[in-house]
Amino acid sequence: MRRALPIFVVLAGLLIAIAVVNPYFLEPPAFLAFVKRAAPLVILAAGQYFVIVSGEFDLSVGSLVTAEVVIAARLIDGSAEATWPVLALLLVLGLLVGLVNGIVTTIFRVPSFITTLGMLLILSGAVFLWTGGAPRGALSPEFRELGRGSLGPVPWSVLILVAVVAAAVYAMRAGFGHTLIAAGDNDRAAALSGVRLARVRTAAFMISGLSAAVAAILLGGFAGVSAQAGNGLEFQAITAVVLGGVVLGGGRGSVVAAMAGAFTLEALFTLLNLYGISGALEPAVQGVIIIAAVALGAVRFPRRRTAAAS
Amino acid sequence: MTGIGKSFLGVRVLDGVDLEAAAGEVHAVVGENGAGKSTLMKILAGVHAPDEGTIEIDGRSVAFGHPIEAQRAGVAIIYQELTLLPERTVAENVFLGREPVRRGLVDRAAMESATGELLSSLGEESFGPRDLVRRLSVAQQQVVEIAKALSLNARIVVMDEPTAALADHEVGLLYTLVRRLTERGIAVLYVSHRLREIFDLAHRITVLKDGARVATAEASSLDVATLIRLMVGRELDSYYPPRAADPPGEVMVSVRGGGNARLRGIDLDLRAGEIVGVAGLQGSGRTELAKALFGAEPFTTGEMTPCRPRSVREGIAAGIGLVTEDRKAEGILPHQRVRDNALLVARAIRRSAGTPAIERLLRRVRLNPPRPAQEIRLLSGGNQQKVVLAKWMTVAPRVLLLDEPTRGVDVGAKAAIHELMRELARDGMAVLMISSELPELIGMSDRIVVMRDGGIAGELPSGSTEESVMRLAAAS
Repeated sequence: MRRALPIFVVLAGLLIAIAVVNPYFLEPPAFLAFVKRAAPLVILAAGQYFVIVSGEFDLSVGSLVTAEVVIAARLIDGSAEATWPVLALLLVLGLLVGLVNGIVTTIFRVPSFITTLGMLLILSGAVFLWTGGAPRGALSPEFRELGRGSLGPVPWSVLILVAVVAAAVYAMRAGFGHTLIAAGDNDRAAALSGVRLARVRTAAFMISGLSAAVAAILLGGFAGVSAQAGNGLEFQAITAVVLGGVVLGGGRGSVVAAMAGAFTLEALFTLLNLYGISGALEPAVQGVIIIAAVALGAVRFPRRRTAAAS
Repeated sequence: MTGIGKSFLGVRVLDGVDLEAAAGEVHAVVGENGAGKSTLMKILAGVHAPDEGTIEIDGRSVAFGHPIEAQRAGVAIIYQELTLLPERTVAENVFLGREPVRRGLVDRAAMESATGELLSSLGEESFGPRDLVRRLSVAQQQVVEIAKALSLNARIVVMDEPTAALADHEVGLLYTLVRRLTERGIAVLYVSHRLREIFDLAHRITVLKDGARVATAEASSLDVATLIRLMVGRELDSYYPPRAADPPGEVMVSVRGGGNARLRGIDLDLRAGEIVGVAGLQGSGRTELAKALFGAEPFTTGEMTPCRPRSVREGIAAGIGLVTEDRKAEGILPHQRVRDNALLVARAIRRSAGTPAIERLLRRVRLNPPRPAQEIRLLSGGNQQKVVLAKWMTVAPRVLLLDEPTRGVDVGAKAAIHELMRELARDGMAVLMISSELPELIGMSDRIVVMRDGGIAGELPSGSTEESVMRLAAAS
């Protein structure tokens, strides 16, 4: 938690800054709308955290989100009866893509950077081939309800987000989370203590794939079908995780901080928007953040070490 | 160096330390882990700047802002982990970053002949300037480091635990090398845990404790017992805990004809209650034996009871634990807390161990201070090793394999680990200990198995002499 503190300070600062420009922001309806908008990225960041803390990367989540949305539209094609089976199929597909990423990385020993970059290209190529450039079909209103509807005053996506947060925190406190961090911190030591590296890392990729499926369901509902639905989300998720103080290479950082990083990124985009700064600047802002966060981590590190020695 | 003081964020690690070394002298710096030896040496080498105090070389006051400045002033430091480039030749390493240049190109001939001269002045004939460093043994690489120091006209050479990675027969070569340096009028500062080396080599000894200098004395005026008392501040009356009075119990693990790519014809029984020592030169297959018994590098032939583990998890399931030789690379999770390190094995095999149990265990392994929430990398080597031991004790193995359990561990922690080993054996565990340190092997073991060329060369009873062990280990 000691390590996670700075990101909460930054997040609080940004929320206050937004509230200064827009006094209604902190009222429940506006704030819930903000959380609802942030939910897909926060869920993706949680999934990405599991992979990063185990010492790997998952670059495939963005195009996985796109593929899921496009597939959902085509298979549902506006029919209410098809909604629930297709939802289940989407979750299974996410798990399956994660399983393939995990097996290729751990059994065939392809660095995850390459594995998931390959998966990104394969999925986006497949989507293009399948749709011929423009997605066909339509999502049903039942499907879209999850992304844009609410239960009373609380949006469904906020409820789903709360469930994801609880599950992620539970997983990291359980034995699984500890062995995952052990694999990321020192995989040889972990293996010689009986940790099944291939199994825990593959599980992390599957969690990431599952989180991409959930994010796709919310995004599809929120924003509708598009062949660009998940563009750039993998980098947003990695930026968010790094912003939360999670160290690339594994073994350090908390999942709560990673999700706070996603909220922070979303708050920053909101603030830029309020000041009328072009959305085209978002990637540039993200680039600066990711470099600065990693550089700050590197600079801060030696100081921490001696501080903690006291 | 006079009145050197240094704090890291308010923690005083050195306090008014004086140290001097005369030309041609071997000056040993000793102390428990955390006494401040390394920090003091790093200040001399320009890695850290002192908060207070002065450094003089040849009567001139110096202040180093960067290791390069210390190097130019004639200070060379040879770290425990060597820093040579493995894929470059010896000559390229010696002249790294200051290659002689002729007509804009590196003058290889000049570089190689200069390196050749340096090597022969050190009496080194086993390799030449054009050999690749990766093909050299650790001892030979140390010679390269020293040649590099000489080519920089070093006046002061700091050696940090130079024998930690050497096999026993290589230590003699290092002694010769150190003597050649002193004959040239170079001052050698020698940091080591191994007391015998210190008495063999040093003219004077400086003892540090808790960041302060306790004593500086002529080596001839000290004996081992006095030196240990100065280092730990108390008398270690007996070096090793007494052996068990009872004869060993039932056989916990038995191997017949065990072999794999690195081992052959291993016949070995480990019994409850006994400590079996394993001796052997580096490369004799000691570590491979432990890893094969454990299942990390399994036996491919032969019989083993209760089972022949094919993986680490099978080894753990069969009740076997392994404390590895390389603590940093294979033992600890550096950024995790002590508690999470101690729980690793239990979690990996999904056996629960509660917090009170862990705290009791940490006390039992004599972790001092027992702070389970601290990150393990901030602990001394000895305390880290105690946590690694605790990690195995959470699953109560029947057989515990210890590969160099006291390497890089200070005297106090070493005694604690020895006591703990005896205690575990007395409670019915079979303990196997690999060690390069013969006095430790002889002092701790109920019998000593000697390895040579991947096989067991013979077995010696407790109370054997160092000579008999060496004879068996080195015979060809």
